[in-house]
Amino acid sequence: MRYTDYYEVLGVKRDATEAQIKAAYRKLAHKYHPDVSKEKGAEQKFKEVAEAYQTLKDPEKRAAYDQLGQKKPGEEFRPPPDWQQRYGEQGFSFEDLDLGDLFSGLWGQGGARAGARRNSAMRGEDFEVPASITLEQAYQGTDLKLELSMPEYDAQGVPRRVPVSFTAHIPKGAVDGQRMRLPGKGGKGINGGPNGDLYLNISLKPHPIYRTTGHDLYLDLPIAPWEAVLGASVEVPTLAGTVRLKVPAGSQAGQKLRLPRRGLPKPHSGEGDLYAILQIVAPPHPSEQETALFKQLAETSSFDPRRRFARETS
Amino acid sequence: MSKHRTEIQWLDTQQHVPLSTLAELSGLSAEELRLLTDYGVLECSAPGSMDPQYRAECVTVARMAFRLRHDLDLGLEGLALVVDLLQRMRRLEAELGDLRARFPGGFLSG
Repeated sequence: MRYTDYYEVLGVKRDATEAQIKAAYRKLAHKYHPDVSKEKGAEQKFKEVAEAYQTLKDPEKRAAYDQLGQKKPGEEFRPPPDWQQRYGEQGFSFEDLDLGDLFSGLWGQGGARAGARRNSAMRGEDFEVPASITLEQAYQGTDLKLELSMPEYDAQGVPRRVPVSFTAHIPKGAVDGQRMRLPGKGGKGINGGPNGDLYLNISLKPHPIYRTTGHDLYLDLPIAPWEAVLGASVEVPTLAGTVRLKVPAGSQAGQKLRLPRRGLPKPHSGEGDLYAILQIVAPPHPSEQETALFKQLAETSSFDPRRRFARETS
Repeated sequence: MSKHRTEIQWLDTQQHVPLSTLAELSGLSAEELRLLTDYGVLECSAPGSMDPQYRAECVTVARMAFRLRHDLDLGLEGLALVVDLLQRMRRLEAELGDLRARFPGGFLSG
């Protein structure tokens, strides 16, 4: 079993009072709570802080923890012999047990909880996990392989992490931030209790071409200056394949052209739209002939794109 | 290692869940959910009825409220304020994301 220094996690001395421990937890919980914090790694940090607090706030658990003495974080150790007797089972193995799971499972309130586990039905735990998918997967629907580590309780009520793997079918039309529930796919129920649920927090991976708002898609459509002036029929990539789009004569940069129902499918019916935002791009390396033609245009044209400046400042 | 395939329930604005189901899924009591509804954090149809209906997206909000209440030891009034502000922040972030998408070439992108 690996040692975790709960005092160090909370940033308190080993002789800290209950009030000091509670104050340290509150401060860190406000900082790292995953529903509040945007800090990278906040969720893991909060788990560590909560685990430390759950043990140190309970006098009996804290006394048992202190019995271990101070070790280096991550150092392997063997639990004292009386821990073995506490579980009342000869040959009980502490191998592969997590220190936090051990304390949350049996110590302190463990007697009552273990009793409840042995006698009455309990619902399994719920879990929330992030699921990152591509835009193409959101468009078509996808089978997502999930590999999770979930606690299962043995006859003594001690949780052990076991790998669980299954495939969840994500129907087409999921959008960024979509939440989904997989009933019964969370932690196992105890003594015939129902299984918990699994919640998926869907996020869309950034796409090299499209940006999304809900079920609508946006892309930048580069066009040449003469295509903007004269109009053109151009190819536009969509998630269903390339389509031709008519760019009207006299188009301006930033203008949006809508391609109806070429966005993401909506979960219950309909589709979002695709918007092409025109970007007028000048040739980066014009040939001699192109340069000559542009010079000719410059000499011929009376068009002044900055005419408004003179009007507004005079 | 067990392997099986499963289907999914959408938690969006189209589906609805009754108060009793929302309580079961979130961990909050029906009374706590009614109070959060009174504070305007959750919206339901027919608030005065025995088992009002909530949009399924409220499951996410109610579960977050349960976590905050449990982990930060918040009273209901403080909880309502925190959840309301977090929801407002998320709506603003979503609007910012929409604006970024609608402008060409990464304009406004962070």
